[in-house]
Amino acid sequence: MTTTTTLARGERLHLSRARLGKLVRHVIGVAAFLLLWELAGRTGLLTWLPTASASLARVVGLAVDPAFLGDLLATLTAAAIGLPLAVLVAVPIGLLLGTVPVVEEMTRAIVEFLRPIPSVALIPLALFAFQPEINAKVALIVYASAWPILINTLYGVRDVDPVATETLRSFGFGRGSVIMRVSLPSAAPFIFTGIRLAASITLILAISVEYFVGGAGGIGAFLIQASTGIGADAMVDVIATLVWAGAVGLAVNTVLRRAERRLFRWRFA
Amino acid sequence: MIWTIVKRLWLVPIVLLAWEFAAASAANPFFPPPTLIASRMYEMWFSGPFLFTEEAVDNFVPSLIRVVGSWGAAVVLGVGLGVALGRTAWLADYIDPLVEFGRAVPPPAMLPVFLVLFQMGTQVQVATIVFGIIWPILLNSIDGARNVDHLQMDTATVFGLPRHLRLFRIILPAASPKIFAGLRLSVSLALILMVISELKGSTDGIGYLLSVASSNADMPAIWAGVVVLGVLGYAFNSLFLLAERRVLTWHRGARGTA
Repeated sequence: MTTTTTLARGERLHLSRARLGKLVRHVIGVAAFLLLWELAGRTGLLTWLPTASASLARVVGLAVDPAFLGDLLATLTAAAIGLPLAVLVAVPIGLLLGTVPVVEEMTRAIVEFLRPIPSVALIPLALFAFQPEINAKVALIVYASAWPILINTLYGVRDVDPVATETLRSFGFGRGSVIMRVSLPSAAPFIFTGIRLAASITLILAISVEYFVGGAGGIGAFLIQASTGIGADAMVDVIATLVWAGAVGLAVNTVLRRAERRLFRWRFA
Repeated sequence: MIWTIVKRLWLVPIVLLAWEFAAASAANPFFPPPTLIASRMYEMWFSGPFLFTEEAVDNFVPSLIRVVGSWGAAVVLGVGLGVALGRTAWLADYIDPLVEFGRAVPPPAMLPVFLVLFQMGTQVQVATIVFGIIWPILLNSIDGARNVDHLQMDTATVFGLPRHLRLFRIILPAASPKIFAGLRLSVSLALILMVISELKGSTDGIGYLLSVASSNADMPAIWAGVVVLGVLGYAFNSLFLLAERRVLTWHRGARGTA
């Protein structure tokens, strides 16, 4: 933003024209894809795939479908509860492991064994251990999305300029205030990247859990319900929900990326 | 050597022991003691004539073939397509939004499409895994191939380097750090999708064993499944890191971060 204001007028015009051209090409690309999809359906090339027009009409239809909106809300609510909890769990642990090497070395073997367990393998276990199901969903979201935050916090804290921490130490600041004043702020960009990665994991886990418990609602339950139908009708519902899921994922990712850029502009400059 | 191993691992037996005693005293059915899980694993899977029992062979092998095969297919498809798209500069703006959207779809959401299409069986797993993990591979391959040093490409043109050499000697090596970053994500994602698709749409596989155990409320068997999947995840990750280190040694060396 600041660079564009200092540019000469002609250059600015050129820049905005380049951006417009890019946008036009984006639109053409998407339109061409939709056209091909429509043609594939109309010509009978892909009989199982509903046409683009039918699918998009259903996408719009879902926007006013209270059952779908309720499910969408349920998924987003679980993700929105889980992500902050994961931050609350992972950041302090990451700080501890990052600032106290002894603890890190001690627990490394356990971390290395736990981390590769595919989180969805824990679904049956969580469903037994946590009742009602919404708790299992949130617990799994917290567990799975805590990992990237934890690892990024750990790396971020390790990356802190030692001169800065030593300086504060030599001015008599205690360990806690060094962490609060130097380690945490300078690890913040890393932590935020971890949170952005974790956000997409929350959706993965939420939808996966919802596949197994219809009672908890959510777009996963909606998808499974739709997929029990037969043939083209079922497919239209599934594809339309997929488009919604993609849109939600894209929106979340874009918002977090923007926020990342804005919050840590000094780092990207 | 032994001292470092002891230093690194001493907490593991202590945690296991603590778990054992806590589980024995609490007698909570959801948290069986590790010895019970281990003996259950032994009797279910590792007490066969050649170590593995029939149940283990009948379920582990299909899972492994599916996940490794699908991963391989996704890598070939993703890298091939990605490099081709990435080298076609004019295409970039047209396809970017589509690829971005494809990546934004939560991978497990693809599963119902293939449940409707195939109902059951290996096709469901293969399609779910391939369509779920191809996006990070595709995106990173495009990115890597797009940003090959112009000077290198121009030099290759000047020297009349044939196409295939240009691909294998310049483009792929230059793109490989990016490609591997995408592959690293895809390894753990492939396993996740294998488990989900087997839990839901399969009659064999490790995920299927897990779903049988959970419908029988057989806690030790569920834990056993988790342990096997954890070991599998650990093995895949280690193998991948090994391969990555091999292939990218030159890269680290060149950047002085070895």
